[in-house]
Amino acid sequence: MNNQAQLSILQARFATEIVESKEQWNELTVVVKPDAIVRVSQFLRDEPALAYDFLATVTGVDLGVDADPRFEVVYHLYSYTHRHRLRVKVRVNEDESVPTVTSVWKSADWYEREVYDLFGIRFDGHPNLKRIMMPDDYEGHPLRKDFPLRGYTR
Amino acid sequence: MTEALLEVKASPLDSEMVINMGPQHPSTHGVLRVILTLDGERVVKADQEIGYLHTGMEKLAEYKKYNHVITITDRMDYLNSTGNNLGFVLAVEKMLELEIPPRAQAVRVIMTELQRLASHAIWIATHGLELGAMSFFFYGFRVREMVLQLIEAACGGRMMPSYFRVGGLARDIPDGWTQRVLDLCDTFERETVPEIHTLLTTNPIFRARTEGLGYISAEEAINWGISGPALRGSGLAHDLRRASPYSGYENYDFDIPTRREGDVYARYLVRVDEMKESVKIIRQAVQKLPSGPVKANAPRIVLPDRHLMKTQMDALIYHFLITCDGFPVPAGEVYMPVESPRGELGFYIVSDGGPKPYRMHVRTPSFGNLQALPRLIEGHLVADVVAIIASIDIVLGDVDR
Repeated sequence: MNNQAQLSILQARFATEIVESKEQWNELTVVVKPDAIVRVSQFLRDEPALAYDFLATVTGVDLGVDADPRFEVVYHLYSYTHRHRLRVKVRVNEDESVPTVTSVWKSADWYEREVYDLFGIRFDGHPNLKRIMMPDDYEGHPLRKDFPLRGYTR
Repeated sequence: MTEALLEVKASPLDSEMVINMGPQHPSTHGVLRVILTLDGERVVKADQEIGYLHTGMEKLAEYKKYNHVITITDRMDYLNSTGNNLGFVLAVEKMLELEIPPRAQAVRVIMTELQRLASHAIWIATHGLELGAMSFFFYGFRVREMVLQLIEAACGGRMMPSYFRVGGLARDIPDGWTQRVLDLCDTFERETVPEIHTLLTTNPIFRARTEGLGYISAEEAINWGISGPALRGSGLAHDLRRASPYSGYENYDFDIPTRREGDVYARYLVRVDEMKESVKIIRQAVQKLPSGPVKANAPRIVLPDRHLMKTQMDALIYHFLITCDGFPVPAGEVYMPVESPRGELGFYIVSDGGPKPYRMHVRTPSFGNLQALPRLIEGHLVADVVAIIASIDIVLGDVDR
Protein backbone atom coordinates (compact mmCIF):
# COMPACT_ATOMS: atom_id res chain seq x y z
CA MET A 1 0.00 0.00 0.00
CA ASN A 2 1.38 3.42 -0.82
CA ASN A 3 2.08 6.05 1.76
CA GLN A 4 -0.86 8.30 0.96
CA ALA A 5 -3.38 5.47 1.33
CA GLN A 6 -1.88 4.51 4.69
CA LEU A 7 -1.98 8.08 5.84
CA SER A 8 -5.64 8.50 4.91
CA ILE A 9 -6.58 5.33 6.87
CA LEU A 10 -4.71 6.68 9.89
CA GLN A 11 -6.18 10.14 9.58
CA ALA A 12 -9.70 8.79 9.31
CA ARG A 13 -9.24 6.89 12.57
CA PHE A 14 -7.07 9.31 14.56
CA ALA A 15 -8.02 12.78 13.41
CA THR A 16 -7.03 14.62 16.57
CA GLU A 17 -4.15 12.41 17.72
CA ILE A 18 -1.97 12.95 14.65
CA VAL A 19 0.04 16.12 15.11
CA GLU A 20 1.95 16.12 11.85
CA SER A 21 2.78 13.94 8.88
CA LYS A 22 5.55 14.14 6.31
CA GLU A 23 6.71 12.22 3.28
CA GLN A 24 10.35 12.43 2.28
CA TRP A 25 12.44 10.11 0.11
CA ASN A 26 9.36 7.95 -0.18
CA GLU A 27 9.25 7.37 3.58
CA LEU A 28 6.19 8.30 5.58
CA THR A 29 6.54 9.84 9.03
CA VAL A 30 3.58 10.34 11.35
CA VAL A 31 3.87 12.31 14.59
CA VAL A 32 1.30 11.41 17.24
CA LYS A 33 0.50 12.72 20.70
CA PRO A 34 2.35 10.81 23.46
CA ASP A 35 -0.78 9.63 25.28
CA ALA A 36 -2.16 8.13 22.05
CA ILE A 37 0.85 6.00 21.13
CA VAL A 38 -0.51 2.73 22.57
CA ARG A 39 -3.88 3.11 20.85
CA VAL A 40 -2.23 4.05 17.55
CA SER A 41 0.20 1.12 17.83
CA GLN A 42 -2.57 -1.34 18.53
CA PHE A 43 -4.52 -0.05 15.55
CA LEU A 44 -1.46 -0.24 13.30
CA ARG A 45 -0.88 -3.85 14.32
CA ASP A 46 -4.49 -5.06 14.20
CA GLU A 47 -5.94 -3.22 11.19
CA PRO A 48 -5.72 -5.80 8.36
CA ALA A 49 -4.93 -3.21 5.70
CA LEU A 50 -1.89 -2.03 7.69
CA ALA A 51 -0.84 -5.14 9.71
CA TYR A 52 2.36 -3.74 11.20
CA ASP A 53 3.43 -6.93 12.95
CA PHE A 54 7.14 -6.10 13.25
CA LEU A 55 8.56 -3.32 15.38
CA ALA A 56 11.98 -2.93 13.78
CA THR A 57 13.41 -0.51 16.29
CA VAL A 58 12.69 2.28 18.74
CA THR A 59 15.14 5.10 19.11
CA GLY A 60 15.41 8.66 20.31
CA VAL A 61 16.55 11.94 18.84
CA ASP A 62 17.70 14.86 20.97
CA LEU A 63 16.66 18.01 19.15
CA GLY A 64 18.88 20.19 21.33
CA VAL A 65 18.92 21.61 24.85
CA ASP A 66 16.73 24.58 23.92
CA ALA A 67 14.22 22.74 21.76
CA ASP A 68 10.66 22.39 22.98
CA PRO A 69 9.73 19.56 23.08
CA ARG A 70 13.28 18.39 23.40
CA PHE A 71 13.11 14.70 22.45
CA GLU A 72 11.62 12.61 19.73
CA VAL A 73 10.95 8.92 20.28
CA VAL A 74 10.99 7.24 16.87
CA TYR A 75 9.32 3.90 16.14
CA HIS A 76 10.16 2.09 12.92
CA LEU A 77 7.48 -0.36 11.86
CA TYR A 78 7.43 -3.00 9.17
CA SER A 79 4.67 -5.26 7.93
CA TYR A 80 5.75 -8.75 6.88
CA THR A 81 2.33 -9.24 5.31
CA HIS A 82 2.23 -6.15 3.10
CA ARG A 83 5.95 -5.32 3.05
CA HIS A 84 5.50 -1.65 3.77
CA ARG A 85 7.13 0.60 6.32
CA LEU A 86 6.10 3.46 8.56
CA ARG A 87 7.84 5.78 10.96
CA VAL A 88 5.87 6.91 13.99
CA LYS A 89 7.14 9.66 16.24
CA VAL A 90 6.27 11.01 19.65
CA ARG A 91 7.64 14.29 20.98
CA VAL A 92 8.32 14.75 24.68
CA ASN A 93 10.16 17.05 27.03
CA GLU A 94 12.79 16.12 29.57
CA ASP A 95 10.41 15.62 32.50
CA GLU A 96 7.69 13.84 30.54
CA SER A 97 7.30 10.15 29.88
CA VAL A 98 5.91 7.97 27.09
CA PRO A 99 3.56 5.00 27.58
CA THR A 100 5.24 1.72 26.76
CA VAL A 101 4.24 -0.30 23.71
CA THR A 102 5.51 -3.61 25.14
CA SER A 103 1.89 -4.75 25.32
CA VAL A 104 1.67 -4.42 21.53
CA TRP A 105 5.07 -5.75 20.47
CA LYS A 106 7.22 -7.79 22.86
CA SER A 107 10.36 -6.61 21.11
CA ALA A 108 9.76 -3.10 22.46
CA ASP A 109 11.18 -4.30 25.78
CA TRP A 110 14.88 -3.88 25.00
CA TYR A 111 14.43 -1.07 22.49
CA GLU A 112 12.70 1.10 25.09
CA ARG A 113 15.25 0.20 27.73
CA GLU A 114 17.97 1.38 25.36
CA VAL A 115 16.22 4.72 24.78
CA TYR A 116 15.75 5.09 28.53
CA ASP A 117 19.42 4.32 29.17
CA LEU A 118 20.95 6.55 26.50
CA PHE A 119 18.45 9.43 26.47
CA GLY A 120 16.80 9.30 29.89
CA ILE A 121 13.27 9.14 28.49
CA ARG A 122 11.01 7.16 30.82
CA PHE A 123 8.46 4.68 29.54
CA ASP A 124 5.36 4.33 31.73
CA GLY A 125 4.28 0.78 32.44
CA HIS A 126 7.46 -0.85 31.15
CA PRO A 127 7.93 -4.21 32.93
CA ASN A 128 11.67 -3.87 33.51
CA LEU A 129 12.85 -0.31 32.96
CA LYS A 130 16.52 -0.29 33.90
CA ARG A 131 19.78 0.51 32.18
CA ILE A 132 20.83 -1.90 29.47
CA MET A 133 24.09 -0.65 27.95
CA MET A 134 25.62 1.39 30.76
CA PRO A 135 26.34 0.21 34.32
CA ASP A 136 23.47 0.56 36.77
CA ASP A 137 25.17 3.34 38.72
CA TYR A 138 26.20 5.37 35.66
CA GLU A 139 25.37 9.07 35.77
CA GLY A 140 24.02 10.88 32.73
CA HIS A 141 22.61 9.79 29.41
CA PRO A 142 25.32 9.58 26.73
CA LEU A 143 23.29 10.25 23.60
CA ARG A 144 21.96 13.57 24.83
CA LYS A 145 23.47 16.49 22.98
CA ASP A 146 24.71 18.13 26.18
CA PHE A 147 26.67 15.01 27.10
CA PRO A 148 30.18 15.59 25.74
CA LEU A 149 31.90 12.95 23.61
CA ARG A 150 34.65 12.41 26.16
CA GLY A 151 32.25 12.28 29.12
CA TYR A 152 32.03 14.73 31.97
CA THR A 153 35.41 15.74 33.35
CA ARG A 154 35.93 17.10 36.81
CA MET B 1 32.04 -18.99 59.66
CA THR B 2 29.15 -18.77 62.06
CA GLU B 3 26.34 -21.23 61.79
CA ALA B 4 23.74 -18.58 61.02
CA LEU B 5 25.32 -18.05 57.62
CA LEU B 6 24.99 -21.67 56.67
CA GLU B 7 21.69 -22.82 55.38
CA VAL B 8 21.18 -26.53 55.63
CA LYS B 9 18.56 -27.91 53.32
CA ALA B 10 16.81 -31.15 54.03
CA SER B 11 16.77 -32.04 50.38
CA PRO B 12 19.12 -29.99 48.21
CA LEU B 13 17.54 -31.32 45.03
CA ASP B 14 14.30 -29.43 45.74
CA SER B 15 15.98 -26.05 45.60
CA GLU B 16 16.71 -23.89 42.58
CA MET B 17 20.23 -22.93 41.73
CA VAL B 18 21.35 -19.68 40.14
CA ILE B 19 24.29 -20.02 37.83
CA ASN B 20 26.11 -17.40 35.80
CA MET B 21 26.97 -18.21 32.24
CA GLY B 22 29.51 -15.65 31.22
CA PRO B 23 30.36 -12.74 30.90
CA GLN B 24 33.25 -14.79 29.54
CA HIS B 25 32.09 -18.06 28.08
CA PRO B 26 33.38 -19.60 24.85
CA SER B 27 29.90 -20.21 23.50
CA THR B 28 28.69 -16.62 23.84
CA HIS B 29 31.04 -15.34 21.10
CA GLY B 30 31.79 -12.20 23.02
CA VAL B 31 30.92 -10.76 26.38
CA LEU B 32 27.41 -11.76 27.32
CA ARG B 33 26.19 -12.76 30.74
CA VAL B 34 23.21 -15.07 31.04
CA ILE B 35 21.95 -15.63 34.58
CA LEU B 36 20.28 -19.02 34.61
CA THR B 37 17.95 -20.23 37.32
CA LEU B 38 18.11 -24.01 37.28
CA ASP B 39 15.84 -26.66 38.64
CA GLY B 40 18.14 -29.64 38.51
CA GLU B 41 19.44 -29.46 34.97
CA ARG B 42 16.43 -27.65 33.59
CA VAL B 43 16.41 -23.89 32.96
CA VAL B 44 13.54 -22.22 34.77
CA LYS B 45 14.43 -18.62 34.12
CA ALA B 46 17.05 -16.73 32.20
CA ASP B 47 18.16 -13.12 32.58
CA GLN B 48 20.60 -11.43 30.27
CA GLU B 49 23.16 -8.71 30.82
CA ILE B 50 24.57 -6.99 27.77
CA GLY B 51 26.51 -3.80 27.27
CA TYR B 52 30.01 -5.05 28.02
CA LEU B 53 31.09 -4.18 24.48
CA HIS B 54 29.17 -0.91 24.25
CA THR B 55 31.49 1.44 22.39
CA GLY B 56 29.17 4.36 21.73
CA MET B 57 29.30 4.11 17.93
CA GLU B 58 26.13 6.15 17.57
CA LYS B 59 27.60 8.98 19.63
CA LEU B 60 30.88 8.79 17.71
CA ALA B 61 29.05 9.09 14.40
CA GLU B 62 27.67 12.49 15.42
CA TYR B 63 31.23 13.80 15.55
CA LYS B 64 32.42 12.35 12.23
CA LYS B 65 31.92 13.38 8.61
CA TYR B 66 29.93 10.97 6.50
CA ASN B 67 32.92 9.36 4.80
CA HIS B 68 34.60 8.84 8.16
CA VAL B 69 31.55 7.14 9.65
CA ILE B 70 32.09 4.27 7.18
CA THR B 71 35.22 3.30 9.12
CA ILE B 72 33.27 2.82 12.35
CA THR B 73 30.38 0.87 10.82
CA ASP B 74 32.56 -2.14 10.03
CA ARG B 75 33.69 -2.32 13.64
CA MET B 76 30.17 -3.04 14.88
CA ASP B 77 29.40 -6.38 13.29
CA TYR B 78 32.96 -7.49 12.68
CA LEU B 79 31.86 -10.64 10.84
CA ASN B 80 29.83 -8.64 8.33
CA SER B 81 31.98 -5.55 7.83
CA THR B 82 31.31 -4.95 4.13
CA GLY B 83 27.59 -5.50 4.74
CA ASN B 84 27.62 -2.79 7.40
CA ASN B 85 29.48 -0.45 5.05
CA LEU B 86 26.86 -1.13 2.41
CA GLY B 87 23.94 -0.32 4.69
CA PHE B 88 25.48 2.98 5.70
CA VAL B 89 26.51 4.19 2.25
CA LEU B 90 23.11 3.22 0.82
CA ALA B 91 21.39 5.31 3.50
CA VAL B 92 23.53 8.34 2.69
CA GLU B 93 23.12 7.81 -1.05
CA LYS B 94 19.37 7.70 -0.58
CA MET B 95 19.51 11.11 1.06
CA LEU B 96 21.78 12.51 -1.66
CA GLU B 97 19.73 10.80 -4.39
CA LEU B 98 22.95 9.60 -5.99
CA GLU B 99 23.05 7.30 -9.00
CA ILE B 100 25.64 4.53 -8.57
CA PRO B 101 27.43 3.08 -11.63
CA PRO B 102 26.41 -0.53 -12.44
CA ARG B 103 29.94 -1.86 -12.02
CA ALA B 104 30.18 -0.50 -8.48
CA GLN B 105 26.81 -2.04 -7.65
CA ALA B 106 27.86 -5.47 -8.93
CA VAL B 107 31.16 -5.36 -7.01
CA ARG B 108 29.24 -4.37 -3.88
CA VAL B 109 27.00 -7.40 -4.32
CA ILE B 110 29.99 -9.73 -4.78
CA MET B 111 31.67 -8.27 -1.70
CA THR B 112 28.67 -8.54 0.59
CA GLU B 113 27.82 -12.05 -0.59
CA LEU B 114 31.43 -13.14 -0.02
CA GLN B 115 31.15 -11.67 3.45
CA ARG B 116 27.89 -13.54 4.04
CA LEU B 117 29.67 -16.73 3.01
CA ALA B 118 32.46 -16.04 5.50
CA SER B 119 30.05 -15.08 8.25
CA HIS B 120 27.96 -18.22 7.86
CA ALA B 121 31.12 -20.34 7.56
CA ILE B 122 32.43 -19.04 10.85
CA TRP B 123 29.01 -19.51 12.38
CA ILE B 124 28.75 -23.16 11.32
CA ALA B 125 32.33 -23.70 12.47
CA THR B 126 31.73 -22.41 15.98
CA HIS B 127 28.29 -23.97 16.21
CA GLY B 128 29.83 -27.34 15.44
CA LEU B 129 32.62 -26.77 17.92
CA GLU B 130 30.17 -25.98 20.69
CA LEU B 131 28.48 -29.31 20.12
CA GLY B 132 31.77 -31.16 20.08
CA ALA B 133 32.39 -31.39 16.33
CA MET B 134 35.97 -30.19 16.22
CA SER B 135 36.95 -30.81 12.61
CA PHE B 136 34.53 -28.45 10.97
CA PHE B 137 35.81 -25.67 13.18
CA PHE B 138 38.99 -25.70 11.12
CA TYR B 139 37.27 -26.24 7.77
CA GLY B 140 34.96 -23.29 8.39
CA PHE B 141 37.85 -21.02 9.20
CA ARG B 142 39.54 -22.18 6.00
CA VAL B 143 36.58 -20.86 3.97
CA ARG B 144 36.68 -17.61 5.86
CA GLU B 145 40.41 -17.26 5.27
CA MET B 146 39.91 -17.59 1.51
CA VAL B 147 37.25 -14.88 1.61
CA LEU B 148 39.37 -12.58 3.74
CA GLN B 149 42.26 -12.94 1.31
CA LEU B 150 39.99 -11.81 -1.51
CA ILE B 151 38.77 -8.86 0.52
CA GLU B 152 42.36 -8.00 1.39
CA ALA B 153 43.36 -8.16 -2.28
CA ALA B 154 40.66 -5.67 -3.21
CA CYS B 155 40.92 -3.14 -0.39
CA GLY B 156 43.95 -3.87 1.76
CA GLY B 157 42.04 -4.62 4.95
CA ARG B 158 40.86 -7.96 6.23
CA MET B 159 38.56 -7.31 9.15
CA MET B 160 37.94 -3.59 8.56
CA PRO B 161 37.83 -3.11 4.79
CA SER B 162 35.89 0.22 4.58
CA TYR B 163 35.86 -0.46 0.85
CA PHE B 164 32.62 1.23 -0.10
CA ARG B 165 32.34 4.98 -0.37
CA VAL B 166 29.37 7.24 -0.67
CA GLY B 167 28.97 7.23 -4.45
CA GLY B 168 30.74 3.98 -5.29
CA LEU B 169 33.88 2.13 -4.29
CA ALA B 170 37.20 3.30 -2.93
CA ARG B 171 38.94 1.85 -6.02
CA ASP B 172 38.36 -0.72 -8.70
CA ILE B 173 39.03 -4.42 -8.07
CA PRO B 174 42.51 -5.68 -9.03
CA ASP B 175 43.23 -7.69 -12.21
CA GLY B 176 42.47 -11.38 -11.98
CA TRP B 177 40.36 -10.89 -8.88
CA THR B 178 37.14 -12.22 -10.43
CA GLN B 179 38.90 -15.44 -11.43
CA ARG B 180 39.96 -15.95 -7.82
CA VAL B 181 36.36 -15.37 -6.76
CA LEU B 182 35.17 -18.05 -9.18
CA ASP B 183 37.87 -20.42 -7.89
CA LEU B 184 36.57 -19.87 -4.38
CA CYS B 185 33.03 -20.66 -5.54
CA ASP B 186 34.29 -23.89 -7.13
CA THR B 187 36.19 -24.94 -4.04
CA PHE B 188 33.22 -24.16 -1.87
CA GLU B 189 30.80 -26.21 -3.94
CA ARG B 190 33.18 -29.08 -4.60
CA GLU B 191 34.74 -29.47 -1.16
CA THR B 192 33.06 -27.49 1.59
CA VAL B 193 29.43 -28.36 0.94
CA PRO B 194 30.04 -32.16 1.00
CA GLU B 195 32.18 -31.66 4.11
CA ILE B 196 29.36 -29.82 5.86
CA HIS B 197 26.89 -32.56 5.00
CA THR B 198 29.22 -35.39 6.01
CA LEU B 199 30.44 -33.88 9.23
CA LEU B 200 27.32 -32.14 10.52
CA THR B 201 24.06 -32.55 8.57
CA THR B 202 24.06 -36.34 8.71
CA ASN B 203 25.91 -36.61 12.01
CA PRO B 204 23.62 -38.42 14.49
CA ILE B 205 25.10 -36.69 17.53
CA PHE B 206 24.73 -33.27 15.94
CA ARG B 207 21.15 -34.03 14.97
CA ALA B 208 20.25 -35.39 18.38
CA ARG B 209 21.57 -32.23 19.99
CA THR B 210 19.82 -29.79 17.66
CA GLU B 211 16.51 -31.28 16.47
CA GLY B 212 13.39 -30.17 18.31
CA LEU B 213 15.38 -27.68 20.35
CA GLY B 214 14.52 -24.02 20.91
CA TYR B 215 11.32 -24.05 18.89
CA ILE B 216 9.68 -20.76 18.00
CA SER B 217 6.81 -20.10 15.62
CA ALA B 218 7.10 -17.45 12.93
CA GLU B 219 4.42 -15.30 14.51
CA GLU B 220 6.10 -15.31 17.90
CA ALA B 221 9.51 -14.75 16.36
CA ILE B 222 8.25 -11.59 14.65
CA ASN B 223 6.68 -10.40 17.89
CA TRP B 224 10.01 -10.84 19.69
CA GLY B 225 11.91 -8.96 16.98
CA ILE B 226 13.69 -11.91 15.38
CA SER B 227 14.69 -11.45 11.75
CA GLY B 228 16.90 -13.07 9.15
CA PRO B 229 17.83 -16.79 8.98
CA ALA B 230 16.41 -17.38 12.46
CA LEU B 231 13.02 -16.25 11.20
CA ARG B 232 13.30 -18.17 7.94
CA GLY B 233 13.98 -21.29 10.02
CA SER B 234 10.42 -20.86 11.31
CA GLY B 235 8.95 -20.90 7.83
CA LEU B 236 8.59 -17.28 6.74
CA ALA B 237 10.11 -16.75 3.29
CA HIS B 238 11.20 -13.17 3.77
CA ASP B 239 14.44 -11.67 2.61
CA LEU B 240 15.07 -7.95 2.26
CA ARG B 241 17.14 -8.60 -0.86
CA ARG B 242 13.84 -9.71 -2.40
CA ALA B 243 11.28 -7.71 -0.45
CA SER B 244 12.91 -4.32 -1.00
CA PRO B 245 15.82 -4.86 -3.40
CA TYR B 246 18.87 -2.60 -3.26
CA SER B 247 22.17 -2.55 -5.18
CA GLY B 248 20.54 -4.36 -8.10
CA TYR B 249 19.58 -7.56 -6.24
CA GLU B 250 16.41 -7.67 -8.34
CA ASN B 251 18.59 -8.69 -11.33
CA TYR B 252 19.89 -11.88 -9.73
CA ASP B 253 18.20 -15.23 -9.64
CA PHE B 254 18.29 -16.84 -6.21
CA ASP B 255 15.99 -18.66 -3.82
CA ILE B 256 15.06 -17.86 -0.24
CA PRO B 257 15.72 -21.04 1.77
CA THR B 258 13.16 -21.72 4.49
CA ARG B 259 12.36 -24.51 6.93
CA ARG B 260 9.15 -25.21 8.76
CA GLU B 261 10.50 -26.87 11.91
CA GLY B 262 11.58 -23.68 13.71
CA ASP B 263 14.24 -25.43 15.78
CA VAL B 264 18.02 -25.22 16.01
CA TYR B 265 18.52 -27.78 13.25
CA ALA B 266 16.18 -25.86 10.93
CA ARG B 267 18.10 -22.63 11.47
CA TYR B 268 21.30 -24.54 10.74
CA LEU B 269 19.93 -25.93 7.46
CA VAL B 270 18.66 -22.52 6.39
CA ARG B 271 22.14 -21.05 6.78
CA VAL B 272 23.77 -23.90 4.87
CA ASP B 273 21.33 -23.37 2.00
CA GLU B 274 21.90 -19.64 2.15
CA MET B 275 25.59 -20.13 1.58
CA LYS B 276 24.81 -22.01 -1.61
CA GLU B 277 22.50 -19.20 -2.72
CA SER B 278 25.25 -16.68 -2.03
CA VAL B 279 27.59 -18.62 -4.28
CA LYS B 280 24.88 -18.58 -6.95
CA ILE B 281 24.58 -14.79 -6.69
CA ILE B 282 28.35 -14.32 -6.76
CA ARG B 283 28.66 -16.38 -9.96
CA GLN B 284 25.94 -14.36 -11.68
CA ALA B 285 27.43 -11.06 -10.57
CA VAL B 286 30.89 -12.05 -11.80
CA GLN B 287 29.55 -13.26 -15.14
CA LYS B 288 27.51 -10.12 -15.71
CA LEU B 289 30.10 -7.75 -14.23
CA PRO B 290 29.76 -4.56 -16.30
CA SER B 291 32.74 -2.47 -17.27
CA GLY B 292 32.92 1.23 -16.61
CA PRO B 293 33.58 3.55 -13.71
CA VAL B 294 33.22 2.54 -10.06
CA LYS B 295 32.50 6.04 -8.80
CA ALA B 296 29.44 8.17 -9.37
CA ASN B 297 29.80 11.34 -11.39
CA ALA B 298 29.44 13.69 -8.44
CA PRO B 299 32.63 15.75 -8.05
CA ARG B 300 31.45 17.46 -4.87
CA ILE B 301 30.86 14.16 -3.09
CA VAL B 302 33.23 11.57 -4.55
CA LEU B 303 36.97 12.05 -4.24
CA PRO B 304 38.68 12.42 -7.66
CA ASP B 305 41.18 9.87 -8.87
CA ARG B 306 44.72 10.44 -7.73
CA HIS B 307 46.14 11.28 -11.16
CA LEU B 308 43.35 13.79 -11.87
CA MET B 309 44.00 15.50 -8.57
CA LYS B 310 47.62 16.00 -9.61
CA THR B 311 46.86 17.31 -13.10
CA GLN B 312 43.57 19.20 -13.00
CA MET B 313 42.86 22.29 -10.98
CA ASP B 314 39.16 21.66 -10.37
CA ALA B 315 39.84 18.08 -9.23
CA LEU B 316 42.43 19.45 -6.79
CA ILE B 317 39.93 21.97 -5.42
CA TYR B 318 37.21 19.38 -4.92
CA HIS B 319 39.69 16.99 -3.32
CA PHE B 320 40.67 19.74 -0.91
CA LEU B 321 37.06 20.65 -0.12
CA ILE B 322 35.87 17.07 0.42
CA THR B 323 38.87 16.26 2.58
CA CYS B 324 38.58 19.37 4.75
CA ASP B 325 34.87 20.08 4.90
CA GLY B 326 33.22 16.84 3.83
CA PHE B 327 30.05 17.18 1.84
CA PRO B 328 26.68 18.47 3.00
CA VAL B 329 23.72 16.11 3.00
CA PRO B 330 20.17 17.48 2.59
CA ALA B 331 18.25 17.85 5.83
CA GLY B 332 15.80 15.10 6.67
CA GLU B 333 15.77 11.55 7.88
CA VAL B 334 16.12 8.18 6.26
CA TYR B 335 15.87 4.53 7.31
CA MET B 336 17.72 2.08 5.08
CA PRO B 337 17.28 -1.63 5.83
CA VAL B 338 19.57 -4.26 4.29
CA GLU B 339 19.80 -8.01 4.79
CA SER B 340 22.80 -8.82 6.97
CA PRO B 341 23.77 -12.46 7.60
CA ARG B 342 21.88 -12.11 10.88
CA GLY B 343 18.77 -10.30 9.70
CA GLU B 344 17.49 -6.80 9.20
CA LEU B 345 20.27 -4.25 9.53
CA GLY B 346 18.84 -0.76 9.37
CA PHE B 347 20.55 2.60 9.35
CA TYR B 348 18.44 5.50 10.59
CA ILE B 349 20.16 8.79 9.86
CA VAL B 350 18.92 12.24 10.76
CA SER B 351 20.63 15.05 8.88
CA ASP B 352 20.47 18.75 9.69
CA GLY B 353 22.00 19.67 6.35
CA GLY B 354 25.60 19.64 7.58
CA PRO B 355 28.57 17.40 6.74
CA LYS B 356 28.08 15.21 9.83
CA PRO B 357 25.06 13.09 10.77
CA TYR B 358 22.96 14.88 13.37
CA ARG B 359 21.97 11.49 14.75
CA MET B 360 22.66 7.97 13.58
CA HIS B 361 20.91 4.93 14.94
CA VAL B 362 21.70 1.41 13.86
CA ARG B 363 19.02 -1.25 14.07
CA THR B 364 21.25 -4.26 14.47
CA PRO B 365 19.76 -7.71 13.87
CA SER B 366 21.57 -9.41 16.77
CA PHE B 367 19.97 -7.03 19.27
CA GLY B 368 16.49 -8.12 18.28
CA ASN B 369 17.44 -11.77 17.96
CA LEU B 370 19.18 -11.96 21.32
CA GLN B 371 16.20 -10.42 23.07
CA ALA B 372 14.21 -13.61 22.46
CA LEU B 373 16.84 -15.88 24.01
CA PRO B 374 15.10 -16.42 27.39
CA ARG B 375 11.95 -17.40 25.52
CA LEU B 376 13.98 -19.94 23.53
CA ILE B 377 15.94 -21.54 26.35
CA GLU B 378 13.43 -21.67 29.19
CA GLY B 379 12.40 -25.26 29.82
CA HIS B 380 15.43 -26.77 28.12
CA LEU B 381 18.42 -28.46 29.70
CA VAL B 382 21.45 -26.43 30.65
CA ALA B 383 23.57 -28.30 28.09
CA ASP B 384 21.16 -27.18 25.33
CA VAL B 385 21.59 -23.51 26.20
CA VAL B 386 24.89 -23.51 24.32
CA ALA B 387 23.28 -24.91 21.17
CA ILE B 388 20.43 -22.41 21.28
CA ILE B 389 22.64 -19.38 21.86
CA ALA B 390 24.71 -20.47 18.88
CA SER B 391 21.64 -21.04 16.73
CA ILE B 392 20.64 -17.37 16.72
CA ASP B 393 24.15 -16.39 15.58
CA ILE B 394 24.85 -13.48 17.87
CA VAL B 395 27.77 -11.13 17.44
CA LEU B 396 28.15 -9.11 20.59
CA GLY B 397 29.71 -6.18 18.78
CA ASP B 398 26.51 -6.06 16.79
CA VAL B 399 24.35 -6.20 19.91
CA ASP B 400 26.13 -3.55 21.93
CA ARG B 401 27.42 -1.18 19.23
